[in-house]
Amino acid sequence: MTTGWSLFVIILTIANILACFWLLRWTSKPRTASEKIGGGADTGHVWDKDLREYNNPLPKWWLWLFYITIAFGLLYLAFYPGLGNFAGLGGWTQAGQYEQERAAVEARAATLLAPLAALPVAELANNEQAMSTAHNLFQQNCAQCHGSDGGGAAGFPNLRDADWQWGSDADSVVATIAGGRVAAMPPWAAVIGEPGVEDVVAYVQTLGGQQADATKATAGQAHFEALCAACHGVDGKGNPLLGAPDLTDTTWLYGGDAATLKQTLMNGRNGQMPAWGDKLGEQRVKLLAAYVTKLAAGK
Amino acid sequence: MNHDAVEKKVGLLGVLIALVISVGGLVEIVPLFFQASVTQPAPGIKPYEALRLEGRDIYVREGCYLCHSQMIRPFRSETERYGPYSLPGESVYDRPFQFGSKRTGPDLARVGGRYSDDWHRVHLLNPRDVVPESNMPRFPWLADGRIDGAITVKKMEALRKLGEPYTDADIAGAAAAVEGKSELDALIAYLQGLGTNLKTGT
Repeated sequence: MTTGWSLFVIILTIANILACFWLLRWTSKPRTASEKIGGGADTGHVWDKDLREYNNPLPKWWLWLFYITIAFGLLYLAFYPGLGNFAGLGGWTQAGQYEQERAAVEARAATLLAPLAALPVAELANNEQAMSTAHNLFQQNCAQCHGSDGGGAAGFPNLRDADWQWGSDADSVVATIAGGRVAAMPPWAAVIGEPGVEDVVAYVQTLGGQQADATKATAGQAHFEALCAACHGVDGKGNPLLGAPDLTDTTWLYGGDAATLKQTLMNGRNGQMPAWGDKLGEQRVKLLAAYVTKLAAGK
Repeated sequence: MNHDAVEKKVGLLGVLIALVISVGGLVEIVPLFFQASVTQPAPGIKPYEALRLEGRDIYVREGCYLCHSQMIRPFRSETERYGPYSLPGESVYDRPFQFGSKRTGPDLARVGGRYSDDWHRVHLLNPRDVVPESNMPRFPWLADGRIDGAITVKKMEALRKLGEPYTDADIAGAAAAVEGKSELDALIAYLQGLGTNLKTGT
């Protein structure tokens, strides 16, 4: 704040407080003898023929409450920031209080997390305290997509099954959480056309053990081996390095029915796991990795 | 001056009341109009791109501010959940600002990048599809609404008159930037940008 505005604030505030003080003095001082208590002066207002309103001064205790508020205001402005650029004698700042709160909790968190820092992910999963912290982290950051029980939703992976799109080992899970993932299933409508897509859908359904038109499936197999096998493998078992799902199991991220598969193949899918490393930090990411590993193991 | 005069002359009473009431505003509000920390953009803060500008208008139209705040207060419990606290210089291009006053849903000041575009799409059309416990209403009509680029251009021209530093190129490209986009696309673009531009002092 410039000095000019600072003075503007200081002068107006102080003048306002002084004016309050003057107003109290002025209105509480009886001007005539009849305005004193028992003096008999009234306001001239009469109700119900004989009910008259006296013009008595305020009770003393009430008046003093007003004086106390003035004293409080002056003391407050002396100790806390309020008068323009004057920082106050107490040295209090909002940012300072925030930093203090944070430092106190960070210190507590550090003592809680320090014994866990050295533990590998696999051991964290067996540590009750680590899992209780991880549960809170999961509910706050992960549950919106993966569900509060980790059960997922259409398009958002179920973490309770043993199926891992990007790999199940500790390093892969940590990398998935910290760096995020973007799946790149390309759209195939322009490449093989709608009939071609339908053929591949039939073949993919047979891969997963579903019933499908055999002629279409045979036609689809050729397309699959030429185009899809690059990521999903010739046998359709997928590739965790590319995030290409296993097509031979019964787990489907978007749905394994013909209509959904057709949509997936026509338009592609770009499922995205956001990156949490910067937001949560290495230690919390490790806790979460242990938590989801434990979820998947069904414990 | 006699006390009676103040109580019995309505005009005088009115003038004195106005005087007393204005002190609070003069001290607490008026100096802010001239403070750089409030009127100048924080580092990294730029005016909304065309699509995000339209998304913001949809956010306002649908009344999202009634349940979602965009104001992270400087308390540890808030910064732990939502990210660094909000700065006044982050809302200089918000007309009006979307601080909100009630959190039925979470604060959105830094929601950008937290979820994928796909998640927002599913969630806005039916929140229960991804968060079964949610009590947020569905907004299925957003997928059908289209953005009119001609109006986007007018909005940006009007904002430029108010002082937003849009360049001619920004305005010339506005219609193309929103071409064929649905209201859902615009709202998601807006949400994904929230809180992501601030450059902290490094």
